[in-house]
Amino acid sequence: MIRLENISKSFEKNEVLKGISVEFDEACTNLVIGQSGSGKTVLLKCLIGMLEPDSGDIWYGEDRFTALDPDQQRTFRQQMGVVFQGGALFDSMTVEENIRLPMDFFTDWPREQKLDRVNFCLGRVQLPGSNKLLPAELSGGMKKRVAIARAIALNPKYLFCDEPNSGLDPQTAIVIDNLIHEITLEFNITTVINTHDMNSVMEIGDKILFLSDGLTCWEGTREEILRSDNKVLNDFVFASELMKKFK
Amino acid sequence: MGILNSLGKYIVFVTKIFSKPEKHKIYFRQVFKEIDKLGVSSIGIVAIISFFIGMVVIIHMTFNMGNPLIPTYYMAYITRDVLVLEFSSTVLCLILAGKIGSNISSEIGTMRVTEQIDALETMGINSAAYLVLPKMIGMVIVTPILVLLSIFIGLIGGWIVSLSGHLMTGADYIQGIRHGFDSYLVLYTVIKSAMFAFLITSISAFYGYYSKGGALDVGRSSTLAVSYSMIMILVSNYLITQIMLG
Ligand SMILES: Nc1ncnc2c1ncn2[C@@H]1O[C@H](COP(=O)(O)OP(=O)(O)OP(=O)(O)O)[C@@H](O)[C@H]1O
Ligand SMILES: [Mg+2]
Repeated sequence: MIRLENISKSFEKNEVLKGISVEFDEACTNLVIGQSGSGKTVLLKCLIGMLEPDSGDIWYGEDRFTALDPDQQRTFRQQMGVVFQGGALFDSMTVEENIRLPMDFFTDWPREQKLDRVNFCLGRVQLPGSNKLLPAELSGGMKKRVAIARAIALNPKYLFCDEPNSGLDPQTAIVIDNLIHEITLEFNITTVINTHDMNSVMEIGDKILFLSDGLTCWEGTREEILRSDNKVLNDFVFASELMKKFK
Repeated sequence: MGILNSLGKYIVFVTKIFSKPEKHKIYFRQVFKEIDKLGVSSIGIVAIISFFIGMVVIIHMTFNMGNPLIPTYYMAYITRDVLVLEFSSTVLCLILAGKIGSNISSEIGTMRVTEQIDALETMGINSAAYLVLPKMIGMVIVTPILVLLSIFIGLIGGWIVSLSGHLMTGADYIQGIRHGFDSYLVLYTVIKSAMFAFLITSISAFYGYYSKGGALDVGRSSTLAVSYSMIMILVSNYLITQIMLG
């Protein structure tokens, strides 16, 4: 479980987060939605310690993450898997080396076991056999999937994905969504996903947090989202004709 | 104030580089890669520059100091000292600061702006140590070797010109470059160049590591990296020379 208490973050005069409090549960796909620029990425970066919140606390279970010093935070992050919005693959390394890096650092597995694990992860994201490719040789969607494979390489307890399926075709997007959902349940991961994809919201949103204006504007489940009468939320969710029909 | 601030940040960065490497095996492998990438790939440019400088220096010496009262082998002797004391260490390292410094800073800067450094940190890896320590060890090993190579090739350049330009006989040249040879000066040059290697790597990595924004900023960082590496090479050259020879 991850608990945020009153997290705020500003960049000079720009107040991006103005006191967010929320709980993300275990074995649960938590979605953070909101307009472009609403601060989803900033919130995620605060969660993983890449940005320091101006005030507020972040708890991982019984551990107060915000009270740890940078070295302790780094060690703590060995339990996290993170998929960045741009993928952030190491471009001097092949796909296999990218996925193997955390194993090289934090396990004493023999070579074959690491390779097995790499192939398993690549299989999960439907990219078997792409071991020897370099990131520059991958399409945008393939990069995303390799990034996911790398994030789940060491069975993280916490998984964070920033727009895991933006730039993917609808079919692959659903595959990725379901993949993340499955491993979340399978390994009891606490997963937090930033997205603007309403499809994902309807498919896998166990818990949904809607950010607007730096505040939690609405939170609930995907069933509740259809029935909500929150004006701002409805404007966001039912922006497209398709979703209006859906309602 | 700005300078003190940067200096403090730089010192924190350097301590981060040296804080507890996680897995020695990974670092060991990286060091060899870096020696190859940064050092071996510089042999060509070092050879060409040193060869031509060796040739030119001995012509200058003969032209400016050639005098019936001074034995001709003195020209070779002075050429050797120019190479050993300043050219092959300081000037060569200034050139390497341009080539290797910009390479290091743009590589690390690009990793910063594409969030690859954040990705390392989120895996729990000490990104500064992982990215910089192998480069630093590699450079500190390989730079003194490049410097010794430069002295050797420079002397060959000088030798070829002395013979082909009839400046002196081969025997005079050999006598000159052996005249009053003091191995302490070679030690001085080796220590100096190892120090320069440290400065080039740490300063360039520092500017790359703290790049923010996009490609434009990476370019700006590598310009700053090269300028400051050069200035610090010159300052530390003075200090080391004062301490070891003053
Ligand atoms: N490092 C930074 N420095 C200054 N301002 C920043 C920084 N990072 C984000 N911001 C600002 O914070 C606000 C929120 O940005 P953020 O990237 O979190 O949006 P987002 O919700 O992830 O949008 P998108 O859906 O387009 O990815 C923006 O106004 C942005 O200008
Ligand atoms: Mg974002």
